[in-house]
Amino acid sequence: MLQYAYYPGCSGLSSSIEYDVSTRALCKSLGVELVDIPDWNCCGSTPAHASDHLLSASLVARNLAIAESMGVAGIITPCPSCLKNLKTTSLRMQRKSFHEKVESIVERPVRADLPIRSVLQTVLEQCEPEAIAKHVSKPLKGLKVVPYYGCIMNRPPDVMTFDDPENPTSLDRLMSALGAEVLPFPHKVDCCGASLGLIRRELVTRLSGRILDTAAALGADAIVTACPMCQMNLDMRQGQINRANGTRHSMPVFYYTQLAGLALGQSESCLCMDKLCVSPSRALSQMGTPAQEERAR
Amino acid sequence: MNIGVFVCHCGSNIAGTVDTEQVAAAARRFPDVAFATDTMYACSEPGQAGIIQAIHEYGLDGIVVASCTPRMHEATFRKTLERAGINKYLFEMANIREHVSWIGKDKKANTNKATDLVQMAVAKLRNNSELHAGEFEINKRVMVIGGGVAGIQAALDCADGGLQVILVERESTIGGKMAKLDKTFPTVDCSSCILGPRMVDVAQHPNITLYAMSEVESVNGFVGNFDVSIRKKATYVDWDACTGCGQCMEKCPSKKAEDRFNEGVGTTTAINIPFPQAIPKKAVIDPQACIMLTKGKCGACAKLCPTQAIRFEQRDELVQEQVGAIIAATGYDLFDHTLYGEYGGGRYPDVITSIQYERLLSASGPTGGHIKRPSDGKEPRNIVFIQCVGSRDPSVNRPYCSGFCCMYTAKQAILTKDHIPDSQSYVFYMDIRSPGKLYDEFTRRAMEEYGARYIRGRVSTIQPRNGHYVVKGADTIMGSQVEIDADLVVLAVGAEAAKGAGALAEKLRISYDGYGFFMEGHPKLKPVETNTAGVYLAGSCQGPKDIPASVAQGSAAASKVQALFSKDKLASDPQVSGVAMQRCVGCGKCESTCPFGAIEMTEFRGMPKASVVETVCQGCGVCAVTCPQGAIQLQHFTDNQILAEVNALCPY
Repeated sequence: MLQYAYYPGCSGLSSSIEYDVSTRALCKSLGVELVDIPDWNCCGSTPAHASDHLLSASLVARNLAIAESMGVAGIITPCPSCLKNLKTTSLRMQRKSFHEKVESIVERPVRADLPIRSVLQTVLEQCEPEAIAKHVSKPLKGLKVVPYYGCIMNRPPDVMTFDDPENPTSLDRLMSALGAEVLPFPHKVDCCGASLGLIRRELVTRLSGRILDTAAALGADAIVTACPMCQMNLDMRQGQINRANGTRHSMPVFYYTQLAGLALGQSESCLCMDKLCVSPSRALSQMGTPAQEERAR
Repeated sequence: MNIGVFVCHCGSNIAGTVDTEQVAAAARRFPDVAFATDTMYACSEPGQAGIIQAIHEYGLDGIVVASCTPRMHEATFRKTLERAGINKYLFEMANIREHVSWIGKDKKANTNKATDLVQMAVAKLRNNSELHAGEFEINKRVMVIGGGVAGIQAALDCADGGLQVILVERESTIGGKMAKLDKTFPTVDCSSCILGPRMVDVAQHPNITLYAMSEVESVNGFVGNFDVSIRKKATYVDWDACTGCGQCMEKCPSKKAEDRFNEGVGTTTAINIPFPQAIPKKAVIDPQACIMLTKGKCGACAKLCPTQAIRFEQRDELVQEQVGAIIAATGYDLFDHTLYGEYGGGRYPDVITSIQYERLLSASGPTGGHIKRPSDGKEPRNIVFIQCVGSRDPSVNRPYCSGFCCMYTAKQAILTKDHIPDSQSYVFYMDIRSPGKLYDEFTRRAMEEYGARYIRGRVSTIQPRNGHYVVKGADTIMGSQVEIDADLVVLAVGAEAAKGAGALAEKLRISYDGYGFFMEGHPKLKPVETNTAGVYLAGSCQGPKDIPASVAQGSAAASKVQALFSKDKLASDPQVSGVAMQRCVGCGKCESTCPFGAIEMTEFRGMPKASVVETVCQGCGVCAVTCPQGAIQLQHFTDNQILAEVNALCPY
């Protein structure tokens, strides 16, 4: 079994703890062994790379160096933002002068050649959706979902090198394999407003509002995400969005790992379903029942 | 040997940075040099006269000219030698312009290098021997591959000139892409009305043999004497018996066959004639869709056919033809727009390609000339055209401009307004490229008279919303984002090399570029020739072209063939490989490395030996370096000659 260095990212320990918990559970049941990077630090996320590339790279490089000493097959992280920082740094460090600068700051050698992948990519590459379908004990039958990848899971394509940057299908295939009905979603890779939630709230309410509007118009029971930031904007801010736009959405926003866990027979409580702000109970109660009733709201 | 050396000034091109007089003086001390001088323009009329005069005066029997590249003037000077009565292969050229004067400014160093090059040329010339060209007969028939408008033009021009023409077409009808168009720009005349009579001419011309549903299987031989094998693909219909009445199509129960002529807009019957003006107008069965061929029952067409032409047991057939020249006119394919995920890539039914839209506009198309949305058959009001889909975009490996998309988009915008007067067309463009005759006027007319709204900028994404599409893009002139509600989106797809172009190029032994387009002999001066003698190019197989350019190139290729066939015999180049029989051990390494298939294994006194087919040999020399025995030598570039050059340069 391949061992991976696991980088949960800061949000995994706070706002998206349910993502972290369900990711660990999913990996365990699919046979992907995770070893936490000891004493990992924040990757700097948005603020660092926006102000200084060297600072951003050095924050990431320390984590890379620790992971390299672990003797693992690669680094995996559930968070697209962390993933983008890890990958970008790894690429930037191919430039010798930059590499030397970073090493002098973190005061340790960094090879920056470990494969870096998202959990989503690892899961799909290690187990084909058909293979995952065999593990399913409680299919997500009757649940209509729209997959929402966010803007950086697949982009920029040269850095992320995973799936189609404009029309990714990995989440679609995974959800279909788990038995959910996947609706074709035009806003798959649109931005939700991401980290501008505090400084330009009207931007988030507009962008995230459109995602919710379309999902509801398509008749989706839930949105499935793979990004803590997207999930937070769509779920936690749904009340704000409703108030700003005059809508009355009540759309649960799951992490794909939570729905996968459910399908693989894990309990709602150990998937931290209660951490979601918009209650998923009605969507989850749809499962297993024929979805013929009109839900016009 | 008495060698004469002429060092050219080339005006100031050479003399500006090389002391030509000193080079000539040095040359006089080289072995066998009986005469050396510098001259103002060696290639000029008086320059050549000076060479001839020196030959007679000093009894010279070998000449070195130190001047420009042999590409420019080697042939010139060889003719000069012939006029003076010396074999033209007793001539060597030293390139002291491109290799010396143009690349360095240090006169002393340049003079030394020029002297070295002259010394090498003299050393080689001392080992040269007279070579004599042979002659061979040519077969004055021509094969045209591809029956699009360029191939039709080339075939008709050759046939009208009295040549026998074999026209090979991969589809079941000629006409190519042009036959699928509704109208042409900038005259907006009916495409099939102008092409149709030409197609009929092909069918009726006594000098043209048409092989439809056929592909070139292999090509052997050389200019004047090509042996071609053509695969006639099974049509499951006896074309000699078929009258094209179409009764079979009416009764065929399998109606879900891919309609290739209509670019997948709608379906057709398993047995079908692609369109009413098809040439030849013969039925073809699609073996994937035919119930008889897939499940072994039905046979409705066979029962109904008044001439009993159906042959379910038919198989592919190979026919052999001998021709003297080949014109490749295999055309292009359209870019696969599904590579653009952001445009809906085949997921959205009402995002269609320009050629599909062309079929919707066409009166003989699947909708009878009414513009209907594929999803619900409704007439669209807002139509968005997106240009440069698969053109000028390095991210999909199509950095080149396809050239005709700006024009056909303008044409389609005009036709849209004609079909639906209260419609509104929007065109997203990067630049308008309309350089042809009356082209710019045409695009302006689309904007000014027909009110098409041109928006400069790329589209970022197309999203379906409540039965229509939201097209989001940038208006880079206004510096703003735009969103347009569209009922139908038409992607102006660019051109790419035809499928299988590379494989055909390898059969024809011609070069092709990184995108699969065939390479012309010279981008400026040999636009329809290839580097393989006797093979010519016409139309979009060489790069994207519109109809006038394709037709012009078709005629140009035909005139090249006529010029080639104006001689009864061709001279062979003696600069080819030759085998020393006594040294050859018959290992066959040369045969396997020869890229042109010019070496055959023969038997000589019971032993296997290599033998060079001189007319096929291109003189590349790969065999000479492969031969472990040194038995095969490239004439005019033998080991001795090259070693003499090396020794002249490195005497110690």
